[in-house]
Amino acid sequence: MKELDAFREIAGNPYAYAAQWKKKTGNKIVGYFCSYTIEEIIHAAGALPYRIFGTTEHIIRADAHLQAYCCSLVRGGLEDALAGKLGFLDGTVFPHTCDSIQRLSDIWRLNVGFPFHVDVILPVKLNSASARGYMTDVIRTFRADMEMALSRSIDDAMLAESIRLYNGIRAGIEEIYRMRSADPGIISGSDLYAIVKSAMVMDRRDLSVMLADIIARLKKKSPSKKKYRRLILAGGICTHPDIYPVLEKAGAAVVWDELCTGTRFFEGAVKESGDPVSALAERYAERINCPAKHASVDARGRNLVDIVKQHQAEGVVFLILKFCDPHSFDYPYLKEYLDRENIPSLLLELEEHTPPEGQLATRFESFIEML
Amino acid sequence: MLDDAVSKDPEEEKRKIKSVKRMKEIMTQYFIEAKTAKQHNKIVAWITSGGPVEPLIAMDIIPIYPENHGAMIGASHLGVQLCEIAEQMGYSRDLCSYARSDIAAAARQTGAIPGGLPPPDFLVCCNNICGTVVKWYEVLARFFNVPLFIYDTPFIHTEFSDAAKRYVKRQTYEYIAFLEERTGKKADRDRLTEVGRLSVQAMRIWQKVLDTGMHKPAPMTAFDAFFHLALIVTLRGTQVVIDYYTELLNELNDHIAQGIGMIPNEKYRLLWDNLPVWFKTRWLSEKFASHSAALVASTYTNAWCNVVDLIDESDLVGSLGIATSSIYINISIDRMLSELGGMIRKYDVDGLVMHSNRSCKPYSLGQYDIQKMVMKEFGIPSLIIEADQVDERNFSESQIETRIDAFMETIKAHKG
Ligand code: SF4
Ligand code: SF4
Repeated sequence: MKELDAFREIAGNPYAYAAQWKKKTGNKIVGYFCSYTIEEIIHAAGALPYRIFGTTEHIIRADAHLQAYCCSLVRGGLEDALAGKLGFLDGTVFPHTCDSIQRLSDIWRLNVGFPFHVDVILPVKLNSASARGYMTDVIRTFRADMEMALSRSIDDAMLAESIRLYNGIRAGIEEIYRMRSADPGIISGSDLYAIVKSAMVMDRRDLSVMLADIIARLKKKSPSKKKYRRLILAGGICTHPDIYPVLEKAGAAVVWDELCTGTRFFEGAVKESGDPVSALAERYAERINCPAKHASVDARGRNLVDIVKQHQAEGVVFLILKFCDPHSFDYPYLKEYLDRENIPSLLLELEEHTPPEGQLATRFESFIEML
Repeated sequence: MLDDAVSKDPEEEKRKIKSVKRMKEIMTQYFIEAKTAKQHNKIVAWITSGGPVEPLIAMDIIPIYPENHGAMIGASHLGVQLCEIAEQMGYSRDLCSYARSDIAAAARQTGAIPGGLPPPDFLVCCNNICGTVVKWYEVLARFFNVPLFIYDTPFIHTEFSDAAKRYVKRQTYEYIAFLEERTGKKADRDRLTEVGRLSVQAMRIWQKVLDTGMHKPAPMTAFDAFFHLALIVTLRGTQVVIDYYTELLNELNDHIAQGIGMIPNEKYRLLWDNLPVWFKTRWLSEKFASHSAALVASTYTNAWCNVVDLIDESDLVGSLGIATSSIYINISIDRMLSELGGMIRKYDVDGLVMHSNRSCKPYSLGQYDIQKMVMKEFGIPSLIIEADQVDERNFSESQIETRIDAFMETIKAHKG
């Protein structure tokens, strides 16, 4: 489908896209790392929220600041910043998540030199009255910080509009996910990945128009005849799109996921009535949490089993970046929950580089045979 | 740890700290009480090392510290064995070795004390030290199937906001309500104030104990302090801690009066950063002593007293959260630098030794920047040792030895 080319291009070279966007619009760009960033507020202030996916190779400059036992997302992001590849950013926001990001924020603030740096010190605990109150306070402060940093005031009407736009985008991506679950041959894993990745870096109005177009076209497509073994991806962020074609070649398709660059990004709509800040607080506190936040001792495990059942998946592939503490701590119990239901799973611990295709293919093939 | 040295040398005998014996008795007594808690209808709670323990003491609950157990596991060389069990259970080798060894010890009912730690009736986890403890305690909560209270202390990058202060204060109330529910009795405010007072007093004496390191020669080193630390961690809020540290302080003051230093011929004074390498304290201590260098202070042992001024004794409930949130490891690296600067001046040190600890990311990431800033602002050299607190597989003795030797040459040249 040639309409996907635009997404493929943006996802393939997001830095070029961002630089061009800035030149064309004259607007500001705000970098961020994590799906707890309240993007609606950045967007309401007229700026482009830009998710940083740093390099996964040749990490040299970051070595002067970070030990080798730090995940590639943190190291690669810092590498690109120090190498001047993120020169289009006007500033960065750091929602509080894991220990590594927490320290990256300090190192970034002291070394990288963008015009502004905002820490959003969200609660870690999400399931108490005090935490909910604090969450709302933090979002209110973030709004004021953004107004100051971007020299724009954000009134409730602007915020409400941005919330509507984001709800639309999230619902659109969810719809594509559902179509793929119903008919995995309808769109390839790497194309859907290109859409999701673009959705975190491109102009959100353009995105919303392009999404609607893709959805309409996918609906018109005749069903694909191909049968796939149905898999779920679980873990943090997928920075290795190369795994999709390898999986597909091995006869399996990803039908759903539990990733920060996936369902954790689009699930949960923000209420469109009432006080927008409270509505935002509610969404970010209530959606299925990332493992760096605490909402319950086993919500993620139950949710994963539910996803598998809902999407009639036959197995789960865990993608965990090496040195990622939050995900590595959850892995044994998530696997145990799957084992209890006789759901097979495979763990891929990803280092900086994607493993060689041959090696991946062998692992996937033997896993898929076992299903 | 140095007390175990087999030596008949009278000079060495003089330097030894005799109070150590008493401390071992206190710890043994504490573990006996904890292990027999059920027989005495006492409740046991597991709590993180930086957590607000005072309400537990005030409500007669026995606090157990898995991290302290982790340290004991490391010191008794059980780390690798337990970490490997955790790895077989699916926990990555890159996770905190306290967490790995404790999770394995709980699953196998073993560890540094016979039969392992007494199982908890509930868990209290405060994330002022790291995000790891939240994940670790979630594991424990599932394993023991007991309630978990998380005391969430927002990280301090550039400021401690009013909203965050309100948040921690509200949590203190939620925490007390949680304890009331678990114990089925009301918290006694007077008793809480009393425990708060004892806790503050213990922290102040602990600070004085550490301050003896200002003396030249220093009557004890950071390696001794790592050992004596156990009481302020596990039993603060009780009288026994105060009595013990008073005794220790007297002994150290005695040594000062007689001009006895912990290491012979102290010529160089160094500051230690991060957790100890528990399985190598003796070796490291002797290695530095062979260069006439004393580790006279550490950021780690300091963490249990440097926020004492933030506690308002007349309003423990109101101030506990603020103090708990402000500890060394819950602040940005630039704030750490200013605390380090204070210690560099106070203890008059010639160099900084940083343990880059694979287990502890919040303590270790950022050290490279701190190292550069320390050189720039205070003009003192520093050494980074890549190691681990418990997992001996992450320690290369020959490599570290070479680095220490080279570093000491720099220090000698620098000091002239
Ligand atoms: S991958 Fe893990 S360690 Fe890395 S930034 Fe994300 S949560 Fe943190
Ligand atoms: S060593 Fe570090 S990561 Fe491990 S529990 Fe202690 S503070 Fe947390």
